[in-house]
Amino acid sequence: MKHRTFFWFVLPTLTSMLLFIALPIVSVFVQSLFVEHEQVLVVSESCGPFGCTESTSIDIEATEKLREEKPLGQFNGFDTYINRSHLAVAEIGAAWADSATFGEFRRTVGDLPFYRALAFTLTYTAVVTPMVILLGMAIALGVNRLPGLIKGPSIFVSLLPFLVTPLVGSLILFWMVDGDGVIGATIQLIFDDPNLSLKASAPLTWTMLIVYGIWHTLPFSFITFYAGLQTVPGDVLEAARVDGATGWQSTIHVTVPHLMPLVAFVTLMLLMDNFRVFEPIVSFSAEAHARSLSWIIFNDLRESGNPLYGSAGATSILTIIGVIILLTPVLIRTWRDFNRKAH
Amino acid sequence: MNTKGLFAAGIISGFLGSASYAVECGPGGESIRILASDFPAIHAVVDSAEEKCADAAGEFTRNHTTEARQIMNAALTPNPAEYTSVIVANSTLTQLMNDGLVRPLNDLVARYGQNLPENLLIRIDDNIMAVAFMANAQHLFSRTDILEEAGIFEIPATYDEVIAAAKAIRAAGIMDYPIVMNLKTGWNVGESFNLVFLAHGGAFFKPGTAEPMINSAAGIAALETLKALAEYAHPDHLTHASNETQGIWEAGEAALGIMWGSRGAAILDDEGATREVTSNTVLSAAPSVKPGGVPGATLWWDGFTISKNVPDAAAEATFAALANALTPEMVAANNDDAVWLLEGFTPGPAAAGVAATAQGGAVPYPMIPQIGLMHNALGAELTDFLSGNESAEKALADAEAAYVTAAKEAGFLQ
Repeated sequence: MKHRTFFWFVLPTLTSMLLFIALPIVSVFVQSLFVEHEQVLVVSESCGPFGCTESTSIDIEATEKLREEKPLGQFNGFDTYINRSHLAVAEIGAAWADSATFGEFRRTVGDLPFYRALAFTLTYTAVVTPMVILLGMAIALGVNRLPGLIKGPSIFVSLLPFLVTPLVGSLILFWMVDGDGVIGATIQLIFDDPNLSLKASAPLTWTMLIVYGIWHTLPFSFITFYAGLQTVPGDVLEAARVDGATGWQSTIHVTVPHLMPLVAFVTLMLLMDNFRVFEPIVSFSAEAHARSLSWIIFNDLRESGNPLYGSAGATSILTIIGVIILLTPVLIRTWRDFNRKAH
Repeated sequence: MNTKGLFAAGIISGFLGSASYAVECGPGGESIRILASDFPAIHAVVDSAEEKCADAAGEFTRNHTTEARQIMNAALTPNPAEYTSVIVANSTLTQLMNDGLVRPLNDLVARYGQNLPENLLIRIDDNIMAVAFMANAQHLFSRTDILEEAGIFEIPATYDEVIAAAKAIRAAGIMDYPIVMNLKTGWNVGESFNLVFLAHGGAFFKPGTAEPMINSAAGIAALETLKALAEYAHPDHLTHASNETQGIWEAGEAALGIMWGSRGAAILDDEGATREVTSNTVLSAAPSVKPGGVPGATLWWDGFTISKNVPDAAAEATFAALANALTPEMVAANNDDAVWLLEGFTPGPAAAGVAATAQGGAVPYPMIPQIGLMHNALGAELTDFLSGNESAEKALADAEAAYVTAAKEAGFLQ
């Protein structure tokens, strides 16, 4: 293709990518470099049905003037990125200097909001991603072997968790694991402990979220692998059988290698999705024991009345950087494979 | 504090029957657009405004949503604003005032507000910023039958008595977890801390500044009290908000509760709970630290504001409609939906807890611009203490540090 033709061919895609992907990220980044103007506080008396109290309020005129001079706020550089709510550079330095043992240092760092969220986010990603790929592959292989009559219904049933909206699915599970719910009560019965609660302990909450994550995303990897299985060349499989390969051997040495590009694709998608884990935390009310990076952004924007845009922006950019770091090995591998095939 | 006369005034003026309301809806043909929360009392007020003045107005629209707090600042920022009025509470008024989105109502009150009693006008210095019409507060709910079964014949009045009663109920083998409180991580646990903190005489900020001072003797005492209460709450208490606590209460699985007054009517009605629960539930003042001390509660009011970024005529028409809505007939027709601050209100059993809490001298939820940031920091950091991972000092220090970080970003601290 001529360069000119190629340029006109990709122009619409490039334009929409710039508009809908690059520009918003740049805007979030710019916002993360600024903090709000100084709020000019004045002491005032506030009176209402419950009497009068001395209070403070914002001097709107003075604050408005500051705002008009610099509409974006005060430039703060990367200070938001290194403050206590994010990378907490100063706090980590102090913890390193003050801690007698490494365990103490780790506890102090683990208590900082960003690292605490990072710990859960990474654990979740690291467990859910491989589990979903392995189980998805296993289910796809199993369903593929089923006789035609029950194949259709099995595929439909396997897809069900994906059809349920994440928020609703996790809410349903949340009620089921309650002490009065069917799963919670059963677990209490099995362990013979009427006070056992999945919601009250951190390890059990993490387990619950991870199990939910696997259950919910499994159909995605299943259906992708199942589609891939339909393209495995029959003659190669037959040749393997003629050579005396067992079913297991031909699965490992023929089918799985054939699906490897799909595995790379599914891994990429799952890493991105899992690193942004959010809905189950909200609907499981799991904030006490498990917080994720996305939950921090949500909390900054929603819970403090007047939203902290700079802080939310900084966490968003850090999340994007985290996703890039996670994806790099997979991308490098795909790039190598691509080059190998091209030559 | 002029809270004692508050409820008496409502009753007395009801007797006087002085209400001779001439409906005056202000400029005709204007657009009235109201944003409000979604619960029956607010519906009653807006219904009444619509009935009185929708005909005179060119347009009368309303948006009742539980997300009102989340959208109101964005909705009121453009000129003209999306809504001519937002129905707010203490904390949400601060949120609007922080951005200068509501207008002073002094001239409108002078013109249309002759029937509005002085104590319902929310004044910041000399400016009237809102008109309150109902009150709310957290307070104690008790199951007298269970208390009696455990050998307790008086409703607990202090935290120590509540804890002792819970202990007795557990010891008697009646319930393992007799206490319910809204301790869900986030806003709810932050608010539960506020209650106990204020009962211990705590102050959130150094006077006149945004410097935090929660890591104090009062803060530590408050956390210790909270933890002692939580010992007797269901192990899942860090996931319990109002809907869950009300559910536990109505299921008869709790004997002592610190819940919102606005849940009182819903609990006492004949839906959702057995007769055994409703007939033995007594609403009383929030517990205090010492007998006769400040009740551990924050007083809230709900009231209406008028947007700044709307034409004066629309503002006038909206104010007139809402001021006209607050009639004794409206109150009488919806008596049990709220603790009305208006004439015509007859306090029933569902209002007893809020009334007793207000009369006991509980303080209002602070109307301070940066209180939202503090509340959020408390909500995020205190669960570490309640789940036993941290000392009270550490949790409070973390909350202060989280607040300071947020307050610097929001411009309250430099």
